[in-house]
Amino acid sequence: MKYSSQAVAKPYFIFALILLAGEILFGILMGVQYIWGDFLFPLIPFNVLRMVHTNLLIVMLLFGFMGATYYLIPEETERELWSPKLAIITFWIFVVAGVATILGYLFVPYAELTQLTFNELLPTMGREFLEQPLPTKVGIVLVVVSYIFNVAMTVLTGRKTVITTVLLTGLLGLAVFFLFAFYVPDNLIADKFFWWFTVHLWVEATWELILGAILAFVLIKVTGVDREHIDKWLYLIIAMTMVSGILGTGHHFFYMGAPEYWLWIGSISSAVEPLPFFLMILFAFTMARERKIEHKNKMALTWAKGTAVVAFLGAGVWGFFHTLAPVNMFTHGTQLTAAHGHLSFYGAYVMIVFTVISYAMPILRGRPYGNSEKAQKVELKAFWMMNIGMVGLTLALSAAGLVQIFDQRVGTDLISFMDSQESINGIYMVRLGFGLLVFTGLLTYVYSFFVKEPQPELA
Amino acid sequence: MTERITKSMAKNIYYGGGTFALLIFIALSFDTVHQIPKRSNQQNMTQSVVAGKKIWEKNDCVGCHTIVGEGAYYAPELMNVFQRRGGGDEAAFKSYMQGWMAAQPLNTPNRRKMPQFHLSEEEVNNLADFLIWTSKVDANDWPPTIEG
Repeated sequence: MKYSSQAVAKPYFIFALILLAGEILFGILMGVQYIWGDFLFPLIPFNVLRMVHTNLLIVMLLFGFMGATYYLIPEETERELWSPKLAIITFWIFVVAGVATILGYLFVPYAELTQLTFNELLPTMGREFLEQPLPTKVGIVLVVVSYIFNVAMTVLTGRKTVITTVLLTGLLGLAVFFLFAFYVPDNLIADKFFWWFTVHLWVEATWELILGAILAFVLIKVTGVDREHIDKWLYLIIAMTMVSGILGTGHHFFYMGAPEYWLWIGSISSAVEPLPFFLMILFAFTMARERKIEHKNKMALTWAKGTAVVAFLGAGVWGFFHTLAPVNMFTHGTQLTAAHGHLSFYGAYVMIVFTVISYAMPILRGRPYGNSEKAQKVELKAFWMMNIGMVGLTLALSAAGLVQIFDQRVGTDLISFMDSQESINGIYMVRLGFGLLVFTGLLTYVYSFFVKEPQPELA
Repeated sequence: MTERITKSMAKNIYYGGGTFALLIFIALSFDTVHQIPKRSNQQNMTQSVVAGKKIWEKNDCVGCHTIVGEGAYYAPELMNVFQRRGGGDEAAFKSYMQGWMAAQPLNTPNRRKMPQFHLSEEEVNNLADFLIWTSKVDANDWPPTIEG
């Protein structure tokens, strides 16, 4: 650790992992309720489980991004963080607001929660992923603004690098597009249209800048490749991201009441969307091959390469499966969307958080060369368990989606949604099994940090 | 391939391409916002439809159902429930909705459960009006079949 203020990243990383454990746990509960509808009902209805599951994911990623930023910004700008104290205050405000919101979801019926939290002043609740009560939404804005302010003040008075510029652009985009969460027109179609400004332009544009910046930082550190070379790759990747991702929003406008031209624009730009992820694979593997140093923390590089590969599979390949308009006519609103959502969020964003935690956490704990070989062996097992688990559950959800399409949407012998779901029960069991594997993988990952370090040999 | 591209070229593609894409996106968004009222028959969006949407949001219906293909995938698509359960007849659909909402949760073991939301008769009618209005939106011929 070169700068003492980098230490503020540590609580962010720890809390991100705690939230991830909760997120997976609620995913497993949903997986059970999918098969046995009486499970936990009426104690926790499905919509509540899902809200907790998706909201924990979003908040977990924000904690992960913040931790990553606070760790890398001092090293990149070559100065201490503008205000470590503000970063710690922000941390606790975000923790309290996040926990209070989750408890609210779990213990107060949603309709009552809307009343308790002044939703009628400015109705924003009851929309997918943006279910947070108004005070939480305002809280998120305040936390994000103070975070960006802290980072910007550090960047402005320090060394400017391509990584800091890209990261800051991504963070500003994140903040700006979240503002659409406050705009809820009475017309459902207009509402959906602007809802995507937050949802799509977060995950398929601005967050990809954050992802690219973090990946580039870790690759510089663990491969020792020349910064100029890394910068070129970073620009190339985010250029392709912006060119394809912004107009790629159009693939959500095919069948929701928007005009026909989106069928073409969305299909064409989406066809390009796998490209930046493919470049990311080339980037990670080329840098690894051309590495100038042998960093003892091998797992950090493994996670970096893994992020590129699984992000390409989840976001690139699984996205492309159903992103052409004629195909989307049949896949829209099926389990195929869920399959793509799971592997892309995991591959692109959860894995980049693992990458930066695996690189930075040992250093923050006074192990500049990474965890011991023994610990890294355990971590490698966790890596494979989680990856196999996620790919397995994605394949299961894809199979479920295909059955659903042939049951309900193709041919003449159609059956209803509920009958179709019953016929998919066996596949949902497989999905649940892989989900349990992911959870075991995460526990193994956490355990790897507690593997006893070997005593230094007496020379 | 990448050897021939320099850092400044990549940088220019990022700023130039990104700005170009963003400008097209903004222009098309303006046009879309302009077209949505017509495609969604906004003139038929009565107070009851708007009240129905508020009830939809207040009870987080999208946390289990999909509507116009978006939402959770735990319960049926509701864009065309008016045709599926009401046969396109408003009075029939409303009386179906009153009975259906009152009967929740169904007492079928291990069937996925819909909670009881304790809506008034008027609120159920609002919700029905919202779903009827939604069913008439021009979504480029989606959903492909009555089963949604």
